[in-house]
This record gives sequence, structure tokens and C-alpha cells, in this order.
Amino acid sequence: MAKLTLDDLRKLREEKRQALEIRETDNKTIQVIVGMGTSGIAAGAKRTLNQFMTCIEQYNLTSVSLRQTGSIGLDHAEPVVEVKMPGMPDIIYGRVDPEVAKLIVERHILGKELVNDHVFDRPAPDIVEG
Amino acid sequence: MHAELGDFLSEIVQNAIESGGDVIRVEILQDPEHFEFIVSDNGRGIDRSGIERAMNPFYSDGTKHPGRRVGLGLPFLVQAVQAVEGVFEFESEPGKGTRVRGSFPLAHLDTPPLGDIVFSMVSCLAFPGTFEMYLRRTKIYPNNPKASLDYTIERNELLDALGGLETPGAMALIREYIESQEEEYGQIDLR
Repeated sequence: MAKLTLDDLRKLREEKRQALEIRETDNKTIQVIVGMGTSGIAAGAKRTLNQFMTCIEQYNLTSVSLRQTGSIGLDHAEPVVEVKMPGMPDIIYGRVDPEVAKLIVERHILGKELVNDHVFDRPAPDIVEG
Repeated sequence: MHAELGDFLSEIVQNAIESGGDVIRVEILQDPEHFEFIVSDNGRGIDRSGIERAMNPFYSDGTKHPGRRVGLGLPFLVQAVQAVEGVFEFESEPGKGTRVRGSFPLAHLDTPPLGDIVFSMVSCLAFPGTFEMYLRRTKIYPNNPKASLDYTIERNELLDALGGLETPGAMALIREYIESQEEEYGQIDLR
């Protein structure tokens, strides 16, 4: 593989964007937020993030943003992932290994169904309010 | 405890991102015997007593996670480095910034595996925020100069080329970009 330049990146992005604009039917944004605090990283959150990246790309889901954040809370259930999308309640999933990440893309984002075994509560109040 | 060297890197880079600074320099160096990273920021820094406290796993300054009193990031790195007789350096000055260096001998049995270093770089660069990051990657193989690498990635240039870094598409392109820099001379990993 030849070394890519920043101009190549620009072109690739442009090609991708044109392909996406044809498919895009609505601009509703779906947010996937992966907790990358100490315990998240220790529990393998980077592999989870990698899987979301690969899987969302594979399904050509154009309106999904993929964000990293510090600890979301629920450290006992790391890796922890929050999914926000129109038409579904905001959900915090726990113990999201790469396999579960794939399930979340296929069932939650594509199928609008919860991945029940991995639904966890909202974060503890001390994390939210300090 | 983290399972891979790339995890320690991510953790220390995240501390730098959260330090309040706007310029972060990351150096990832590798030769046949060592893997090391140096992370420096121009953030708030801490004073001498703060440095001692930061090494204590049962301490946190409470700004990162209000209400919490433990912080395990640095102590994890210290412990891992000590276990393999590596090198750990920490310099910090209030108002000026912080520099952390961790160096691991690759031959030591207890040195964790490298992990997916390319994706670790992707995740560092794509972390949300308005900071500039200069990420320099160096691989030196004295007996095989063709396998050696030295390149620098500037986050703002990526941002300019890709328009945003927080989409799976942008992250996949960053990975492709870094992989192409790594593969120029053939993927040689002596571990």
C-alpha cells in the first residue's frame, strides 16, 4: 500500500461523502458514546470502540457519531456505552465486548430493539452531580 | 490493571487532554529492545506535593470526577514500569504543563504485549476536544534501517482533511492513513 497523503484523505472523504449523500434519507443523529476512563480501558473499551467503528462502517450507517468520553460511571460493568437515537430511550449498556457492540448496532440501531441482557441503570448520582 | 502497552498510552494521553492545555505532544518510540512513550501537555500541571499525591492510587484531585477520591491512571503505569525494571519519569509545573515518560523493556517476561498500537493512535487523535496534538512515531532498527520509521501526524491537519474526527468513517480513514505510514517499509515487528 502506498503511503497516503493528507490530500488522499481529503479525496477519500469526498468520495465517501458523495456516496453517503445519495443514501441518506434523514438527518437524525444517532450517538454512540464509549466510556474510555481507566476502568473502561482496562476492561477492553478500545476493542469495543474499534468494533463499533468497523461495524457501523460495514452497515454504512451515515448518521451515527462515535464519541469517546471519560468514565460514564457504572465501573463494575465496563466497558460501558451510551446510545442515544430518535425513537428510542437513551440507554446505557454495560459489559459491551466487541460481540455485544455488534449486537447493539444490529438490534438497537438497526432493529430498534433493546439488547436486554446488557441494559444497565443510569449512572450513580455522585458521578452525575458531583 | 491494563492488559496492553497501548492502554497505558491511551490513559496518559487522556490525562493530557483533560489537563486543560491546548497542545499535546505524543512520542511513541520503539527499537528492538524497548517500547516507550513520552506525553507532554501545556495544561495546568501540578506542584511537588501534588506529584506525590498523584502517585497514590487512593488520591484524586476531584476535578476529573467530582466527588471521587481515587485515581488509578498514573499508579497503574508506575506499577507496570516498576514490575519490569523500566523507566518512569514525571515532570510537572503548575501553569506550565506536564511530561510523562514510560519505557518498557520488550524482552522482560512481565512486559505486557503491545496491543493494537495503530488503533491506540486513532483513539488518541479522535478523542473529542479542541486541542492540537502532534503525534510522532519512531521505529528504529539499527540492523535493518529499511524497517525503521519516523513520521509525525498533526491532529489539526487531519481535522482539516476530514472535517471532523468523531464519526466511524473519519476514524476508519485515520486508521487507513496511519496503517499506510506504518506499512511503507513492510510491517516488521520483532516481538
